[in-house]
Amino acid sequence: MLQITNLSASIDDKKILNGFNLKIKPGEIHAIMGPNGSGKSTLANVLTGKNGYQVEGQVLYQGKNLLDLPIEERAQKGLFMAFQYPLEIAGVNTNNFLKTSLNTVRKVRGLKELDSLDFLNLIKTKTKNLKIDEKILNRQLNVGFSGGEKKKNEILQMTILEPKLAILDETDSGLDIDAMKIVSDGVNSLRSKDRSFLIITHYQRLLDYIKPDFVHVLVDGKIAKTGCSELALELEKVGYGDMEPTSR
Amino acid sequence: MKQSTINPSEEYKYGFTTDIESIRAPKGLNEDVIKFISNIKREPGWMLEWRLKAYARLKNLKEPNWQKPKYPKIDYQDLYYYSAPKSSENKPKSLDEVDPRLIETYNKLGISLKEQEKLSGVAVDAVFDSVSVATTFKDKLTEKGIIFCPISEAIQKHPDLVKKYLGSVIPITDHYFATLNSAVFTDGSFVYIPQGVRCPMELSTYFRINASETGQFERTLIIADKGSYVSYLEGCTAPMRDENQLHAANVELVALDDAEIKYSTVQNWYPGDKDGKGGIYNFVTKRGACRGNSSKISWTQVETGSAITWKYPSCILQGDNSIGEFYSIAITNNYQKADTGTKMIHLGKNTKSKIISKGISAGHADNTYRGLVRIGSKANNSRNFTQCDSLLMGNKCGAHTIPYIENKNSSSNTEHEATTSKINEEQLFYCNQRGLNQEEAVSLIVNGFCKEVLQQLPMEFAVEAQKLVGISLEGSVG
Repeated sequence: MLQITNLSASIDDKKILNGFNLKIKPGEIHAIMGPNGSGKSTLANVLTGKNGYQVEGQVLYQGKNLLDLPIEERAQKGLFMAFQYPLEIAGVNTNNFLKTSLNTVRKVRGLKELDSLDFLNLIKTKTKNLKIDEKILNRQLNVGFSGGEKKKNEILQMTILEPKLAILDETDSGLDIDAMKIVSDGVNSLRSKDRSFLIITHYQRLLDYIKPDFVHVLVDGKIAKTGCSELALELEKVGYGDMEPTSR
Repeated sequence: MKQSTINPSEEYKYGFTTDIESIRAPKGLNEDVIKFISNIKREPGWMLEWRLKAYARLKNLKEPNWQKPKYPKIDYQDLYYYSAPKSSENKPKSLDEVDPRLIETYNKLGISLKEQEKLSGVAVDAVFDSVSVATTFKDKLTEKGIIFCPISEAIQKHPDLVKKYLGSVIPITDHYFATLNSAVFTDGSFVYIPQGVRCPMELSTYFRINASETGQFERTLIIADKGSYVSYLEGCTAPMRDENQLHAANVELVALDDAEIKYSTVQNWYPGDKDGKGGIYNFVTKRGACRGNSSKISWTQVETGSAITWKYPSCILQGDNSIGEFYSIAITNNYQKADTGTKMIHLGKNTKSKIISKGISAGHADNTYRGLVRIGSKANNSRNFTQCDSLLMGNKCGAHTIPYIENKNSSSNTEHEATTSKINEEQLFYCNQRGLNQEEAVSLIVNGFCKEVLQQLPMEFAVEAQKLVGISLEGSVG
């Protein structure tokens, strides 16, 4: 699914990722943990193609060179990111945004675009399954949403777009237990043998609900340690303090 | 003839020229040319006198110069004031007699002059340079007593109405361009809705400039008699040329007791090329009088075209409890300039006005909102609400908001809100991450920004306008 080799990224000559390596196979869930400033969000941004980074190294996504593709093509090919801070867009109806997004992606994938009625049926099912209040659909995209509503909206978008690889960038930060449950239910419901997840988080909490196959600890722009889900619990106790950057 | 037409491109698909033989007035502005226009339109003597009076007045007027967009001096003697297809010389009596090349031109513009075809709920008056070439659904409207015809025809057939109302909202002594229009106006639409009648379909006029070196001087007059209602829409396009062409229109609206006029504009004149060469000077005077009690006039404009847009569709709220509204989207890209807004003049008691203006500026463009809210001393309990939002794309464009507020009545109040924002890289990234490309993302964000105004358009045109908003900004984000 995804193979990252010797990835470096800097902003204004400040190196943030430095010799980062990671391989994600179809169906796997990887969690990336690490202290603030270790490069977690940069990793998500570089993979999705956000501007402003000088990037070196190689990233293969489904066997193709990911770094050459514009942002929207990466998305159309099934790469999705749940944003840490979802953006507010005034005047744009949430329902419309989701429909436009889904139909753009469907068109590229050679599928028939959904008309309003089909889409409505789909979204009603999804919101119901996720226990998300349908009312957010008729509001302006993320405008005036609470932190929890914004994150739920990200998960809703994820379940609608059915990505191949979903990156969750600190989706759990600032969530209460109920919202956390919705987020993890969303991920668990999508879990399948050909879909992978990269879950970026600062806390272990989310991993009580989503069982990762691997946990990586990111320190100073590279993976300092890799383990199974117990590693997360261990980190919760001892913190990141004594974590020395080592090669994997 | 120095007619140079640039190839129509993707960005401005209306930029073609119709190759058609035309009749022109001799070049220049003088009494003979005015007599030529009046004569070719077979106008009665009083109309010619009216024009000449305006012309006499014009000689003592100076072109205004307070506007923000400056332009090179216009040589008024180097323009044609009348140009019309030769085939329209003997006014065609029905659509079958209209030159097929003209019908084809309108088809290419997406305007069907065949009544059976789509947009069957819309009656169209098609103005080509200086003449109206066809008006649809006339018979159906006549059944209800509605008059919808070219103003040149109304001058002949309904002189009493024209005499009573023409110039009653924009006097011939008004400013330079309005007075110029009064002297040389050629065609435009005339609408009269009788007492108590709700016009059963949208009325619309489609203005097309075709001839080069020619000014278009549109004149439109709409009268809504007591308790009547009408929704009217105008659209405009022109060929791509590297000369600037002048469109100086006068539009007058009169709403009597309990009447309502909804006037919408989708202005897509040729905006000039990427370097600011060519394009229409859209210098227009639009003014509505809410003359009767509880009358209402609502202006909605989507201004995407023209090299310079300079207009302030206004409401004079004379009747008690009358309402004026102005909803505007002005988009300027490349080197386009706009200085637009409204005037709300509150004279009657309990009058209300609402102004929603959305300015979008990209490239090297400059966009000014200029608006006057005046509450007279007798306008007790009057209210105004103004909201002006500007959206900037890139860092070479400008946005300005210039509100003038004059309140002479202590029981009345005005509210003004203004915001300026930039299209945000993060928002674009978010949309891109959901699979939308840059242009789709910009179109989505801008349409969201304009939503309050787009909602005001008649449904038949709202979709078209949404697309236009996207297209006008193509290439504006690198």
